[in-house]
Amino acid sequence: MASPLVAVRNLRTLFPVGAHSVFRAPATFVHAVDDVTFDIDEGEALALVGESGCGKSTLALTLLGLERPTTGSIDFAGQEMTALKGSELKAARRNMQMIFQDPYESLNPLMRVGEIVAEPLIVHKLANARSDREARVRAALEAAGLKPPEVYLERYPYQLSGGQRQRVAIAAALVLEPRLLLADEPVSMLDVSIRAEIINLLAELKQTRKISILFITHDLGTVTAVADRIAVMYLGRIVELGRTADVLTQPRHPYTKALLSVTPAPNPRLRKERIILKGETPDPTRLPGGCRFAPRCPVAQPLCLASDPPLTALETGHTAACHFG
Amino acid sequence: MESSHPGGLTATMRNFSRNRMGMVGLAMLLLAIALAVFAPVIAPYDPAKPPRATIMDIYLPPSAEHPFGTDDAGQDVLTNFLYGARVSLMVGFFASFIAVAIGGVMGLSAGFIGGRTDNILMRFTDIMLVIPDLPLAVVIVALTKPSLWVIVLVIGLLGWTSTARLIRSQTLSVKQRRFVTRARAVGAGNFYIIRRHILPLVLPLLVVNTVLVISLAILNESTLSFLGLGDPTAPSWGQMLNFAFTRGAMSAGGWWALLAPGIGIVWVVLACTLIGQGLEQVLNPRLASHNLSSTKQMILRPPRTQSQHAPQAPDQA
Ligand SMILES: Nc1ncnc2c1ncn2[C@@H]1O[C@H](COP(=O)(O)OP(=O)(O)OP(=O)(O)O)[C@@H](O)[C@H]1O
Ligand SMILES: [Mg+2]
Repeated sequence: MASPLVAVRNLRTLFPVGAHSVFRAPATFVHAVDDVTFDIDEGEALALVGESGCGKSTLALTLLGLERPTTGSIDFAGQEMTALKGSELKAARRNMQMIFQDPYESLNPLMRVGEIVAEPLIVHKLANARSDREARVRAALEAAGLKPPEVYLERYPYQLSGGQRQRVAIAAALVLEPRLLLADEPVSMLDVSIRAEIINLLAELKQTRKISILFITHDLGTVTAVADRIAVMYLGRIVELGRTADVLTQPRHPYTKALLSVTPAPNPRLRKERIILKGETPDPTRLPGGCRFAPRCPVAQPLCLASDPPLTALETGHTAACHFG
Repeated sequence: MESSHPGGLTATMRNFSRNRMGMVGLAMLLLAIALAVFAPVIAPYDPAKPPRATIMDIYLPPSAEHPFGTDDAGQDVLTNFLYGARVSLMVGFFASFIAVAIGGVMGLSAGFIGGRTDNILMRFTDIMLVIPDLPLAVVIVALTKPSLWVIVLVIGLLGWTSTARLIRSQTLSVKQRRFVTRARAVGAGNFYIIRRHILPLVLPLLVVNTVLVISLAILNESTLSFLGLGDPTAPSWGQMLNFAFTRGAMSAGGWWALLAPGIGIVWVVLACTLIGQGLEQVLNPRLASHNLSSTKQMILRPPRTQSQHAPQAPDQA
């Protein structure tokens, strides 16, 4: 098999908390991303699912090099991202573009759509001829479903709907023809009625352009249309990883089961009994010694409090971090 | 189709043109500038070649020959007033240019770079902020040979702190916004981000601040000159006040020698304040209903007239 486009190994991103200075080392850290390992193949979409604050955005920002990982490696298209600096990092980012959660905040209110979409080309000094650049901007807008592009070029973000803004953000990401798209909850701020459109657009881009996608969401209900595989994240760690159908139909980790049980099913009669998790998410600065899910786990045993289960293979391509999965 | 967004400089200027208070201020300032620029045309006399004055010409009241009267040296007050406008406005503009440039760069670097740079720059700003400007300016100007450029430099170098603080806080808030992160994710460098994403959102505030710094600089110059620290070769309004005040204008009944420069200073400062207020209203529409100017109040009181008139009602009946 060909080597994957992205290979993440034992990635850790810690944020120091509390007062610290040059003289005093910080005492505690938020383990935003804590020992994460996964691959994304060329043209594959991996969904990253997990509740708010589990470190999904931090993982995406670390992949982009916007957050420095504490340890671990990110192999992107054969390049070690964590070792890159300056112009090399900039060049690598050309192939890796991100779409942010909030289309109201992620577009500069003072720039026109045409300028926003052309910006990546300007930053990377690509398509320097004016006509060339305009053609690429138009093509990107069309690819993002803003047709005809002339209608949108001169507009400001405030003159667009939320869905249209997110399409502008997608166009700005596509204009560089990246190999990997990091979509950080691209639909969670949008109206329910237009979520499907944006998700279908991403699925289409994956199909037609063979773009790899890391699709971040906290809603398992939005993954089926795009994702080939699902990674479930809990408190900075991936606790289950497998093909979409496998994870959705045969979840192995109790956390995944709980997430699935609260995801609205298309057919209400098929809905299983809801598993309501007891307790709060532990403080991410003071993680429990054993399995980090144990304090909230409905099936926890004494073993779970004592030892941290590693991510183990169950069947082909399906892994879970549970002693009893 | 709309051509610009409400937060940008172009749109700010367009909305400003609909703000009556601001436009009045602008008209006042433009009038003052016009008088200064066209002083040689308007002024009845040439200050470089003043007509011979005798003791009989001192503190003459306003007349056709001297519309604003004459001063302690028997010179035409209108002429001095017009040429004084040049000095006062020039000092105001140049000094505020220095202040705003320093404050802008300081605030932008502190806010954008953050961390230790921010700490050091803001400590320095705080120190400058607590040092009383005017006494220090007096000392510095008094110790040097009084010259226009020393005054400009001193006012400029002491007047940037408020700009630095303002621009820093605006930069900080713009820097946190998502579109800046997105620009970084695209691969943009610091200079590009400052130029394309931070500055456009900081600029309107900088313009407001500049107007207010100008009026402050003019006031400071007037104060220094009034204290007798002005450049004798370039008499400003403050200096006219100083001459009139120290050379017996009041006891001689020559109030016009004080009134002309006084009105000039108030006029320009008021103009700048009105422009600043107008710009602020445009930038922050919530300020439009200022608690002092509006009839709506936060705390509703029963209408006073009623309670006052109630006991009197029988008498009136
Ligand atoms: N710059 C930072 N400094 C300190 N802590 C941070 C920083 N960024 C994130 N964190 C912490 O890291 C953890 C993970 O945050 P992150 O934003 O990655 O979560 P998320 O899964 O994207 O959540 P959401 O679904 O709400 O977007 C949180 O506990 C957060 O408070
Ligand atoms: Mg997030």
